[in-house]
Amino acid sequence: MMQQTKKSYLSETVARLKPSGIRRFFDLASSMEGVVSLGVGEPDFVTSWSIREACILSLEQGYTSYTANAGLLELRQEIAAYLARKFHVKYDPETEILVTVGASQAIDLALRATVNPGDEVIVVEPSFVAYSPLVTLAGGVPISVGTNGDDHFKLRPEQIERVITERTKALIVCSPNNPTGTVLHKEELEAIAQIVKKHDLLVISDEIYAELTYDGPYISFAAVDGMRERTILISGFSKGFAMTGWRLGFAAAPAEILQAMLKIHQYAIMCAPTMAQYAAIEALRNGEQDVEYMKKSYHRRRNYFVQSLNEIGLSCHMPGGAFYAFPSIRATGMTSEQFAEKLLLEEKVAVVPGSVFGASGEGYIRCSYASSMEQLQEAIKRMKRFLDRL
Amino acid sequence: MKLTEKEVEIIEILEKDARIPIETLAKMVSLSVDETEAILKKLEETKVIVQYTTLVDWRKVDGHEGVTAMIDVKVTPKRGVGFDEVAERIYHFPEVKSVYLMSGAYDLSVVIEGRSMSEVAKFVSEKLSTLDSVISTTTHFILKKYKHDGTVFDQGDQDHRIVMAP
Repeated sequence: MMQQTKKSYLSETVARLKPSGIRRFFDLASSMEGVVSLGVGEPDFVTSWSIREACILSLEQGYTSYTANAGLLELRQEIAAYLARKFHVKYDPETEILVTVGASQAIDLALRATVNPGDEVIVVEPSFVAYSPLVTLAGGVPISVGTNGDDHFKLRPEQIERVITERTKALIVCSPNNPTGTVLHKEELEAIAQIVKKHDLLVISDEIYAELTYDGPYISFAAVDGMRERTILISGFSKGFAMTGWRLGFAAAPAEILQAMLKIHQYAIMCAPTMAQYAAIEALRNGEQDVEYMKKSYHRRRNYFVQSLNEIGLSCHMPGGAFYAFPSIRATGMTSEQFAEKLLLEEKVAVVPGSVFGASGEGYIRCSYASSMEQLQEAIKRMKRFLDRL
Repeated sequence: MKLTEKEVEIIEILEKDARIPIETLAKMVSLSVDETEAILKKLEETKVIVQYTTLVDWRKVDGHEGVTAMIDVKVTPKRGVGFDEVAERIYHFPEVKSVYLMSGAYDLSVVIEGRSMSEVAKFVSEKLSTLDSVISTTTHFILKKYKHDGTVFDQGDQDHRIVMAP
């Protein structure tokens, strides 16, 4: 009798996707008591009360139905005003702005709306873990470009040019970067823009940490000369406004691209959650002071934490933005996974191995300093003890 | 007095936590310990930093619960010295924790702490109301302190975040 093997119902694409490397550490850290976690990629602030209160009011008033597919016009107008005010980029709220379920969904939409089967999309690593899988799911081929720790993980044009082929469609950049905290400055952006223009690439610019830069004003990729027409600007409320759980982001792009994204969005999602949209209106109208307050607080913690890491022997560049320090652990001779696991088991400090964010993250660990000063001081104490023992 | 950005920052940090180690404070504002110490000395000498105090929740300490009253005081200002003279007469009493000159329906807002209601009542009737310039007093007892100087008492300090996230 023929042996019947049970067929898999899974899509081959999904079956082949690698699970996130963070998972194993998450399970391990979750099973332990007394862990000081520097592994969290979100603010330690609760969303400010005026924003929460605006959401409560919207519920009391009964605003519980769908909104326009692109999001409340009122919110899109606020987003347009915010982008113009803060980053000097102009978008038409009627046709060029889309409110999404977190910036993550906006990245997914951007890829699905633009990538043809087999198109190559350049992903700058170390990077947020979602880019490459989302490129694959959109039918594209992710092409990793590793940046160099000794160069503070700056993206250099020649690194991009090296991997460009006739199939190259788009480039995903993220500044300030998760996990390195690196911010690209004007000249660096302009140099990248030249290559982008030369090869007629589309740029997906993940600017979710734009509010959190500490050493000078932020420059949006879309604000670089000639880039607006080929850039999908993606941002949201999670990091700057401490609204991760609200799942609210947005995309801004030339109408043709934005409308294609909207087409997918209206079939797949309908619209972003209504109550979160009302909260976001309040965030943009009256949240600036709170953002400044939080930014100041991260800034001080960054200064303390990065200097302390260097003092205990983990060499770390001063990250210009986000809330991550990305120190090198190469001197210990361990891989980043070995280091992270040993540190967790022996001293109960949770960090994320840099290799999770791409091959060029090997030799580094990501430490979030979005934790209280007490926690950071305790973490430094434990890490020092750990390193002294090695 | 015009302060530098770093000086203001040091004050802001100390306002939240006056016991922060100087080494930590110095790193937070990217200065050396010596530079930070010099700034602290200057701020203390110029009385910009008046005092370092501790916020205590006395309700938790048996026998020390105490009572706090806010008293609205109407007074007759005196020619030449205005409200200052009567304010001074009031703030010298050790049971008086603060005195503010107010706009609106009354003139001075006086905060008194005492061991019991009767102790506060005694102070108001014997010391405060009997002052020459005092026209009237209205005493409000504080029933519960929810938030004081920007700090919420009994705030649940737990972190709701998952332990690791990309």
